[in-house]
Amino acid sequence: MNPFLAAAVFIILAPVVGILITGLDRILTARMQGRVGPPVLQPWYDIRKLIQKKQVAVWGAQSFFIFCYLIFIIFTGALFFAGGDILLVIFAFTLAHVFLVLGAYVSFSPYAHIGAERELIQLMAVEPMIIIAAIGLYQVNDSFLIGEMADHPGMPILLLPGVFLGFIYILTFKLRKSPFDLATSHHAHQELVKGSTTEFSGRTLAMVELAHIYELVVMLGFIWLFFGANLILCALAIVVIMFLEILVDNCTSRVRWQDAMISAWFVTLVAGAGNIFALSIM
Amino acid sequence: MLSNVRYMELLIFLILFPLLIAGLITLIHGENFRRGAVICGAVLVGIASLFALMGSVTSHPIFYSVPVGIIGILIFIGDIAISGYIIFVSTKARQYLVTAITIIQLILLCAVEYLALSDHATIPELFLDQLSGIMAAIIGIIGGLICVYALGYMREYHTEHPERPDKRPQFFGIMFLFLSAMFGVVFSNNLLWLFFFWEITTLCSYLLIRYPETDEAIKNAFRALLFNLVGGACIPIAFIVIFLSHGSDLIGLHELVVAGPGIALIPAGLIGIAGLAKSAQFPFSSWLVGAMVAPTPVSALLHSSTMVKAGVYIIARFAPVFEGQLIGILIALIGGVTFLAASAIAISQSNAKKVLAYSTIANLGLIVACCGVGTAEALWAAILLIIFHAIAKSLLFLSVGTVEHQIHSRDIEDMTGLVTKMPRITMIILIGIAGMFLAPFGMLISKWASLHAFVESVPPFGILLVIIIAYGSGITAFFWAKWMGKLIAVGEPQQKDESHIPKSEKNILYILSALTIGVCFGFPIISWYLIEPWLQNIYQSVTELISLSNIEIMFMMLFLVLIMPFSLARFSRSASRVPRYLCGIPESRSTEFIGSCGITREIELSNYYLDKIFGEERLSRISVGIGIFLIVLILNIIIVGGGL
Amino acid sequence: MSYLQKSPWIIHYDASSCNGCDIEVLACLTPLYDVERFGILNTGNPKHADIFVITGGVNEINKEVVKNIYDQMPHPKVVVAVGICACSGGVFKECYNISGGVATVIPVDIYVPGCAARPESIIDGIVQALSILEQKRNSMKTGVEGTA
Repeated sequence: MNPFLAAAVFIILAPVVGILITGLDRILTARMQGRVGPPVLQPWYDIRKLIQKKQVAVWGAQSFFIFCYLIFIIFTGALFFAGGDILLVIFAFTLAHVFLVLGAYVSFSPYAHIGAERELIQLMAVEPMIIIAAIGLYQVNDSFLIGEMADHPGMPILLLPGVFLGFIYILTFKLRKSPFDLATSHHAHQELVKGSTTEFSGRTLAMVELAHIYELVVMLGFIWLFFGANLILCALAIVVIMFLEILVDNCTSRVRWQDAMISAWFVTLVAGAGNIFALSIM
Repeated sequence: MLSNVRYMELLIFLILFPLLIAGLITLIHGENFRRGAVICGAVLVGIASLFALMGSVTSHPIFYSVPVGIIGILIFIGDIAISGYIIFVSTKARQYLVTAITIIQLILLCAVEYLALSDHATIPELFLDQLSGIMAAIIGIIGGLICVYALGYMREYHTEHPERPDKRPQFFGIMFLFLSAMFGVVFSNNLLWLFFFWEITTLCSYLLIRYPETDEAIKNAFRALLFNLVGGACIPIAFIVIFLSHGSDLIGLHELVVAGPGIALIPAGLIGIAGLAKSAQFPFSSWLVGAMVAPTPVSALLHSSTMVKAGVYIIARFAPVFEGQLIGILIALIGGVTFLAASAIAISQSNAKKVLAYSTIANLGLIVACCGVGTAEALWAAILLIIFHAIAKSLLFLSVGTVEHQIHSRDIEDMTGLVTKMPRITMIILIGIAGMFLAPFGMLISKWASLHAFVESVPPFGILLVIIIAYGSGITAFFWAKWMGKLIAVGEPQQKDESHIPKSEKNILYILSALTIGVCFGFPIISWYLIEPWLQNIYQSVTELISLSNIEIMFMMLFLVLIMPFSLARFSRSASRVPRYLCGIPESRSTEFIGSCGITREIELSNYYLDKIFGEERLSRISVGIGIFLIVLILNIIIVGGGL
Repeated sequence: MSYLQKSPWIIHYDASSCNGCDIEVLACLTPLYDVERFGILNTGNPKHADIFVITGGVNEINKEVVKNIYDQMPHPKVVVAVGICACSGGVFKECYNISGGVATVIPVDIYVPGCAARPESIIDGIVQALSILEQKRNSMKTGVEGTA
């Protein structure tokens, strides 16, 4: 597919896909708790409602940073689905998150501040695994271009089981699911109020939510790369993984940041780094 | 374009002219004269180094033999004089270890000279190629800017510290002597010359670190001297190896590298150890952290554009020799370990200059790792790193120096909300920090290139380095981003107050920030016209290093980042202001609240330093241990290899 | 029906209630009542909230807190006073330290009486609050009200 077309398709379709997945996530969560849950389109309603609200902020710059966050998340995703260089995608991703963190810092609010610090800890915890995943995919495909990875006829996952496991582990951070929802959480009543998003409201918060939805699609895109051209298997895997993530989300309580970070690094080292090291010897 | 002879005159000018300025400044006192001389000197040196850069844009290196034979003797006498001075000061300060190593070095040097007398070769003493050109431009332009910046800074420094002796004439003299020696290092083809200039930089760094004359400064200055001498002592050994096994025809840098790893590996390894010491890699790194006691322009000069860059320069020169060799891999591993450990230690630091020091060590580690791997791609990344790091780091050092004079603290915690007090300086620091780790900016381009380079080279060690970078980049993002956050976190807006900053300081900072952004746009040009032809000469065939489409994407990101701030005004207007949520009863000032028992409390927010995990002492101990182990391993290989 | 009504987020504050009403408010979130069916979420953060669900008679100490939470909520917003204490002060009305109902501190839109208020009536109150929310938004759009 034409890269520009692919990017455009991503920008338009990702919110649709993301909202559906998030909506199903909320229903599934409710069902696991013995509830009925909201309509599938609830995340969409939430975003639309937030846009209708009047905006309040401690400093105007907050919305500026969050706007940058959204723009760069979209940029990252567009680059990803246009088949760009995977390392470039990862670095753009990091850039986007730094904007989120800065947006949280600006307000000088205690809750947002701790949220920002924890957001950074999460960033530090997941970054190694994402880069290692990119390197592993390179070893299998002999190219850093996502466009070429996606056409891989075989199943990269067969060569990268460790990397895949490690990636699933850090996916919990990225989806902001318990036990690694350190910085902010979708669940009510936590000691950090709403962590990094505490001081955002109205349109700004809508941008954060929208960025999360784009982010979700990008992360699922990474899973796709482990399955190459086998789209059916990939879809199946995404269903299974999302189910497991939701299950874990519902039956664990949040861990301390030390445990979160060190365990993520440990899993990265053992599963991810071990895997690519073995591949390079082979 | 100038003719070849003209270029050689240019090289001689670049080495001698700063020397002249240094002499003038030291001899003729008086503030106005000094200012004139420093500015004139910096401008001329900057322009001349640009000419050198343009001159290097030719396909092949230009060699030049100095016609006067006596200079060889003069250089030997110079070596002895330096050693003599060091012996004198070290015995006076009872630093007998330093004395001992200097004496050993002197004996080795005499042996070299003895061998050189019996076997007098004719190799060109000076040369100019693309790498020398790039280094010269970095030294000339950034070094010159730092010297001009120092004018305003040192005046404030002495008003702030009246108890410290005001030796500004000597100070500026040494700064220019340093520049002269650095030009000497990068233009020398004759290794004996190179060693002479090398020793001058060691001596100058000692004198500059010692400048405050406090006990701590003197102690740290001797530590810097000691480590650099230990490294430096390896160079004469390398010369002896060259003379004994291959004769004096290989005492030229170019000749030695061309001779290939079979012949050059052992001398290259020894000189590489000297480079490791100079570029502050573990186990030698503590001298660089100690050097932070010196006035900020010294830190900027030593740790961004000169001193440490001499270390990585020499390793980069020998990179083709290291390619695929065990010694190269070990050097790369030292670089990798240094990158990871120094970045991690930077997390635990709240002193801005120490953060900069550790991040410098870390970046140098990355450069060393690239050079140790030694493939064309890795070397490409290394040279870009050298360029980007020199500019962005000098910008950061200098801006932290400026902030320090305004808020009287180097602590990052004290920089909370600096954006309202000094918006422009904060903007500059943010540009500098972004240049150090964010995506479309300089360092990230190189990090990306080095990942590309490592993944294919010397399996499985390349992957080991990749894993190190993977962890390191997460860590790097953490400590830079939290610093950025501190700067922009505004409690109560402070009175804007930037008027006390000397104009010269401000202008230099503007120029450097423009350079930081400019180089990001200009890096493909630097790559096409300078780095790629240079690599072409060395490796004969060079594949496409960075594809055009990726450069386009980079530029797209860069544009996005740069146009974003224009939308800031719109956002500032659109939202209505509400105080921060404090889960309590607010007070009239929005940073206060009434807590339990009706006591009014002020919010205090501090960054995470994760001391328990990234404590300086523990991590240094571990990584110094690993560093020593790897160095000993290199030495073993050299001894065994030499024996065979 | 606008999106505002499909996604009301609440903040719940206990202004010196006996906890009876609070338990009932939380009961609304349980599987039996499951207010998330209507998109209702308990945010715990005034800056995210649309509906301020408040219990208790508001004493002298937390008067300022109530005001503060109300001020920090972005427009449009509604206040639902849950329980008789929140409505009027209830049996504590004459107490020396009770201001006597939420309405003495901030404007209240919906009163949900009861001691304790039943979950059904709390949900009913919140659903009624939604139409007021909608009205407020319309008047905000025309610029009559809503300048914080």
